[in-house]
Amino acid sequence: MNILKFLTAGSVDDGKSTLIGRLLYDSGAILVDQLEALQRSNRKNDDGTIDLAILTDGLKAEREQGITIDVAYKYFQTDKRKFIIADTPGHIQYTRNMVTGASNAGLAIILIDARKGVIEQTVRHSFLVSLLGLPQVVVCVNKMDMVDYEEEVFNKIVSDYKGLAVKVGLKNVAYIPVSALKGDNIVHSSERMPWFSGSSLLPYLETVEIPADNLTEHARFPVQWVIRPQTEELHDYRGYAGRVSSGSFRVNDKVTVLPSGFTSTISKIELLDSEPEAALSGMSVTIHLEDEIDISRGDTLVSAKNKPQVSQQIEADLCWMDTKPLDTSHTYFLQHNSKVTRCRIKEILHKVNINTLEEEFDEEFKLNDIGRIVIKTADPLAFDLYQYNKANGGAILIDSRTNVTVGALMFRANAE
Amino acid sequence: MKQLDYLDELEAEAIHILREVAGQFEKSALLFSGGKDSITLVRLAEKAFRPGKFPFPLVHIDTGHNFEETIIYRDNMIKRLGEKLIVGYVQDDIDAGRVVEQKGKNASRNQLQTVTLLNTIAKHQFDACIGGARRDEEKARAKERIFSVRDEFGQWDPKRQRPELWNIYNGKIHKGENVRVFPISNWTELDVWNYIRREKIELPTIYFAHERNVITRNGQLMAASPFLNMDDEDVVERRNVRFRTVGDMTCTAAVESYAFEIDDIIDEISASRVSERGARMDDKVSEAAMEDRKKGGYF
Repeated sequence: MNILKFLTAGSVDDGKSTLIGRLLYDSGAILVDQLEALQRSNRKNDDGTIDLAILTDGLKAEREQGITIDVAYKYFQTDKRKFIIADTPGHIQYTRNMVTGASNAGLAIILIDARKGVIEQTVRHSFLVSLLGLPQVVVCVNKMDMVDYEEEVFNKIVSDYKGLAVKVGLKNVAYIPVSALKGDNIVHSSERMPWFSGSSLLPYLETVEIPADNLTEHARFPVQWVIRPQTEELHDYRGYAGRVSSGSFRVNDKVTVLPSGFTSTISKIELLDSEPEAALSGMSVTIHLEDEIDISRGDTLVSAKNKPQVSQQIEADLCWMDTKPLDTSHTYFLQHNSKVTRCRIKEILHKVNINTLEEEFDEEFKLNDIGRIVIKTADPLAFDLYQYNKANGGAILIDSRTNVTVGALMFRANAE
Repeated sequence: MKQLDYLDELEAEAIHILREVAGQFEKSALLFSGGKDSITLVRLAEKAFRPGKFPFPLVHIDTGHNFEETIIYRDNMIKRLGEKLIVGYVQDDIDAGRVVEQKGKNASRNQLQTVTLLNTIAKHQFDACIGGARRDEEKARAKERIFSVRDEFGQWDPKRQRPELWNIYNGKIHKGENVRVFPISNWTELDVWNYIRREKIELPTIYFAHERNVITRNGQLMAASPFLNMDDEDVVERRNVRFRTVGDMTCTAAVESYAFEIDDIIDEISASRVSERGARMDDKVSEAAMEDRKKGGYF
């Protein structure tokens, strides 16, 4: 059994919380005491049924204001798969939360209100999903009950969305007409939409194959920690601890250490008491090399046959996440996997109006702004382009004055 | 590329997080409660750092109202690991007048341990504390980051959390602040049990069904003990029970159970219709109980 992490994009008005509540409720993920807490809370739908949206809006601050203020994670499982939902709010001021949620997801559910169709918010969400490189999208046309379950309404929205998908560059898109409130096409096929022959949402999520990055050759292993017990019996022990971010490593593979460029051969792969022959993408292991090389945290072991680029000047997409605007005269920290270095934004190339998708030029990069910049780093970075290798193509910016994470970077080209 | 099995993926993620703590902080600690989640963390730390030593001590906040089985387990485990244990005693804070013991029938030291925790962090100047909290436990936890920054008063501000992207964790802090780190954030209760079974991890005996004297209070079974304020209305019964979480004896309720083996427990949980924190009196105070306690520095 594996895990599918997905993101839900849409606003409270689109019935997003109800949709998630419905998935949890109908799949049996809600337990008796949580249900009691629900019933105690006095929030009911007009027809007296429980308001399932309460299951997702957790914090007191949110209940008071009736909004969702942050990314919330929800867990459920069926016989076929485990699911992690990143529930992100749809309000414009929370672009940063959606970018955060999307960074770890393999699939996005984009909710569209059947009465409203493709609106500005849909454009925004779809652009962000594409920017973050999510391989699979499901468009749920919700509130079908409010449009008499009309097939034409659904078809019109599908056709509009297809145009948008081409524009933002989304390739794998599925479409499902649903009513989260009434439970149509969520877990069970709806009798009220016999014209829809596709799969309901949950069976779809259970079986969808997430298009994998084809990165077998892109073996990358950022070193997090060097294990050196320095005891009498383990005097010469030196293991490099980390997690394979992409590709795979095998014993006897030739590897290059970046940025130094030294080359060696893997002599052993360890995980506590076991010695696997291979370390696959996503595995946390300890790697031993035949030669004694000076390697420390922040270095990356890579396949000697397929190396990433090494550069101090990179063109990247930037999503700004702080209330204080970007200051091009300031030196920020850049964190790329286990590597931290100082950096400066050398040039703002353009910004993107995420409602119209037009490029604009503007000196100021404010909260939730997205655009293309050129960054200059103090130390060389061993990176891949985000569009080919997400795991080694993304980085965060940290304000050295506040220590807060202020930006997300997606490397797009070597600018050296 | 083939996706990892879910337990392998969760394990790899947790090991990665533990190694980030080692790489990013000067003085970290692993908070050990004696419960199954922190026991799982210890196994993950062995996977992350062996054959080296842990880059942090284990810290236990001792309310003094422990299940004896937990303390025996803790001491045996420390002996086996050969790692350092630091104990912060709630009793010390009571004796020093820094906290006042609750009165009445439902008195518990659960609330008081926040003070002892914060004092222990301050005394040892820990910059990162690793805990076994999971996001599936409770609504406020569902919104907390894996690296969760606390101010110098230990407070969590849900509105000022740092965005956490990909698997890059920003552990930069100012002096006086510290970070709470939750490596098993993405695990569910069932995942923890399945992992314990797979790894053949030994647990304190109170997790398994046993006979015990209990009283029924607010509809829940509480272990009869000298720490529980009892009166004539409380009827002590002998029942077959086990505990789903292990906290202070005055706030951890038992469930009636005949699950003597780990397989029985996994069957029981798979079929269970009461969530794990449903057996915690401390969450029932109000709907926002956990959120309020977290803001105040609770784990």
